[in-house]
Amino acid sequence: MRIAPYGERALLAEPDDPHDVPSLRALAADQDGVVDAVAGARAVLAVFDPARLTAERLHALLASADLAASRPDVADRTVELAVRYDGADLAAVAEAARLSPAEVVEKHASADYRVRFCGFSPGFAYLDGLDARLHVARHRTPRTSVPAGSVAIAGEFTGIYPRSSPGGWQLLGTTDAALWDVSRDPPALLTPGTRVRFVPA
Amino acid sequence: MIEIVAAGPLTTVQDAGRAGWAALGVPRSGAFDRAAAGLANRLVGNAPDAAVLETTLGGLVVRALGAATVAVTGAPCPGADFGVARTLPAGSTLSLGTPAVGLRSYLAVRGGVVVEAVLDSRSTDLLSGLGPLPLRAGDRLPVGPAPCNLPSGAIAAVRMPSGPFRFAAAPRADWFTPAALALLTDSVWTVRSDSDRIGVRLDGPPLPRSRDDELPSEPVLPGALQVPPDGRPILLGPDAPVTGGYPVIGVVAEADLDRAAQVRPGDTITFRSGSGSG
Repeated sequence: MRIAPYGERALLAEPDDPHDVPSLRALAADQDGVVDAVAGARAVLAVFDPARLTAERLHALLASADLAASRPDVADRTVELAVRYDGADLAAVAEAARLSPAEVVEKHASADYRVRFCGFSPGFAYLDGLDARLHVARHRTPRTSVPAGSVAIAGEFTGIYPRSSPGGWQLLGTTDAALWDVSRDPPALLTPGTRVRFVPA
Repeated sequence: MIEIVAAGPLTTVQDAGRAGWAALGVPRSGAFDRAAAGLANRLVGNAPDAAVLETTLGGLVVRALGAATVAVTGAPCPGADFGVARTLPAGSTLSLGTPAVGLRSYLAVRGGVVVEAVLDSRSTDLLSGLGPLPLRAGDRLPVGPAPCNLPSGAIAAVRMPSGPFRFAAAPRADWFTPAALALLTDSVWTVRSDSDRIGVRLDGPPLPRSRDDELPSEPVLPGALQVPPDGRPILLGPDAPVTGGYPVIGVVAEADLDRAAQVRPGDTITFRSGSGSG
């Protein structure tokens, strides 16, 4: 694992296996004095309160983490999302992947996913587990508005737009699930580590 | 209760923000110039993280519907007694003119602005749409009960500090050529007009990268100097997203971050390698 300072109040830690990111994030979040532990695709940023924790101490805690033994984020929680595969990019993705649209749907809906991290906007979860045949590039020019509930893919990830926003991912379908609700605890339906399945509706 | 008579170019409610929610994709948000917001609160006897009004380039006019004790800090606006607690009689108004230097001014009201909190904060997050909408003429804002502390009799000095922004190289500094770090510290950077609470966008010589591949989305922080493909750095502000897809060359020292709130389009700034205590 690589660990490096990120300004005065944070460390950026990169586990050797990116699939360990959710475990490392949960472990960092559990440390007393860590204010925020944020995951990305490959790395975890642990932001600490210097009055309660030093960079040296946090570095040692992260370096000694046994990620294989501790999987605190992998609760047995699985969320099933009903999806209408009616996305604007379904045909183009099928063509790029040299599959039929039905095969794209079959591959997308048959995989087991897990939230590696949340980013981009509140409640937007980047899901691990996308079939390698469906790894496609983002649109070069993002759409100015992607509807809320759009189920989309880009690169190695699939995700769902929690609210209408600009976005460059390839749209495969739509779900009615409430991905983000500030009156709920937690407000995000898909939290880091959550397992996800898509069910064609 | 106070009423917004005019909101100027942009006035929002801000407090200490939403630290602790970043893992769900929630930006920190909160007052951009945290020291100025904290000072305004201390002057009226509030806790330092009480919600205040953050106004951009002045233009804010408020009416006290009941007598209210207020203080204004940050960019010095003509028309307001600056850096001192002052009581507005019921029905009177306070007008903040356009500051000659600086960008963001803070108006604290004794008792704090107690609009509904979202995820433990009353801050407006312009990127995510969390918290109250930017304020408009006619909005009425509830004020909380007076705190135990009395308003301060102190007069705070108006300081708009200058000098280079100190920064530490970030883990992705190796995505840039060695010349890029020298360019960052040796160049004069002009603040672009499309700067906002999400980021202070800078104009100057493009910072050359040593590799062209795409960076997998990575967590970022306010204060990070993120460099998009055009090579011009963006100093991320409080409403920046929690992850970004471009490499970060450096992270600005905490002690200098508040000053990023006060640079305005056309201002020039410089950077110097070093930590906050230097």
